[in-house]
Amino acid sequence: MDNGMRDYILAIITTDLSLLQGGGCPVFLAKDATQQNKISMLLARILGANVHDLENGVYLIVKH
Amino acid sequence: MARWIMLRSDYRHYPTYPHGQLTHLALGFIAACLGAVAVPAIAKPDYVAVTFLVLAAQQFRDIRSMERDTLESLESTKLIRRGNDYIEGIARVFEARNYLTILTALITSAAVQIFSWPYALIAASICIYGSVKLMSGRKVGDIADIIPAQVHFNESLLMVDDVVIMNVGLEQTRNKIEKDGMGVLIKPKNDDARLTLDVPGQRMAIIHDVVSILGSKVDMNEMDLAPMARKQVDKGYLALFLVANEPDIQYLIEIVKRVPVLESAQGTALSSFYGKKAAD
Repeated sequence: MDNGMRDYILAIITTDLSLLQGGGCPVFLAKDATQQNKISMLLARILGANVHDLENGVYLIVKH
Repeated sequence: MARWIMLRSDYRHYPTYPHGQLTHLALGFIAACLGAVAVPAIAKPDYVAVTFLVLAAQQFRDIRSMERDTLESLESTKLIRRGNDYIEGIARVFEARNYLTILTALITSAAVQIFSWPYALIAASICIYGSVKLMSGRKVGDIADIIPAQVHFNESLLMVDDVVIMNVGLEQTRNKIEKDGMGVLIKPKNDDARLTLDVPGQRMAIIHDVVSILGSKVDMNEMDLAPMARKQVDKGYLALFLVANEPDIQYLIEIVKRVPVLESAQGTALSSFYGKKAAD
C-alpha cells in the first residue's frame, strides 16, 4: 500500500520565500493566495501528484 | 454416471471473476472426470489408469500460478490495486475449488460403486452443499461492525470522525470532498479482527471491492480523491474514506460487510497463550 520511501516532494509553492531555506526542490513564488492555489492545482495535475498544505502559506506537491 | 456428477460439480465451479470462465469450467470438468473415474479404476483393478490419474492430478497444481499470473499482469494497469494478498487469496481458492471438485466426484462414484444410484445422489448433494459452505469463507461483516461516519476537515487534515486520513492542500478538492466524500468506521469485534484489519493487503481488498462496485472519482493524474483506509492508532479501528460515483452510504456498508477476509491476513492472536493474556 504505502510502505517504504515512496513519497517525495516535487515542488514547493509559496507566497513568501522567507519561509523556505535551501533544499533541492523547485520553488514557485506566487503573488497571492489565489495564484498559489492555481499554480498548485496545475502542477499537481501535470505531475499526477497531490497538493499538501503546511498551513503556514507553503504548499507542497507530493508524489505518493 | 460420471457425466451427471460432472455437471453437478461444474455448476458449483464458477470463477468469481468473469475472465477465464471457460478455462476454469473446462478444468473443472477434467477434475470431475478424474475424481469420478478413480474409484472404478481402483476397483477393477486397473493400475495403469490409476497412474495416469495421479499424473493428471499434478496439472492442477498449476492452476494457482496461472490465476495469479493473470491477475498480477492486470494489476499494473489498475487505478485501484487489488494487492498481492487478495490475488494470492483468489488463486488459492481456485486451486482448492478444483480439489473439492475431484473430491466430490470421488465420493459420489464411490457411493455408486459400493451402494447404488439413489445413495450416490444423496452423497453428491451433501458434498456439494458442504463444499459451498466451506468455500464461502468469512466476511468482514463477521469480524467487524461497520458504522457510518462523518467526513470533515480539521484545517487541512481530512478526518473521518476522529481518524486522520490525509492532508489536502487545495481548496477546491476540500470542497469536493466535503460535498461528495463518504466515510465509514470499521470496528473490529476482537483482537484477531483488529490484526486482520491492520494488514494493508486486507485494507486494499476492502477498497478494491468497494470501488469496483460504487466507482471512484480518481483519475490517472488526479489522485487527490484516492480512497483510503486508515487506522485509529489508539483504539485500533479503521476509517474508510472514498469519493464514489454512487454516493450511497447504505450500500457502501453492505459492500464492506461482504468483503472476504483474506487467509493471508487473518490475525490469530487470540489462539496463542500470550495473545489471550494480553487481550484482557
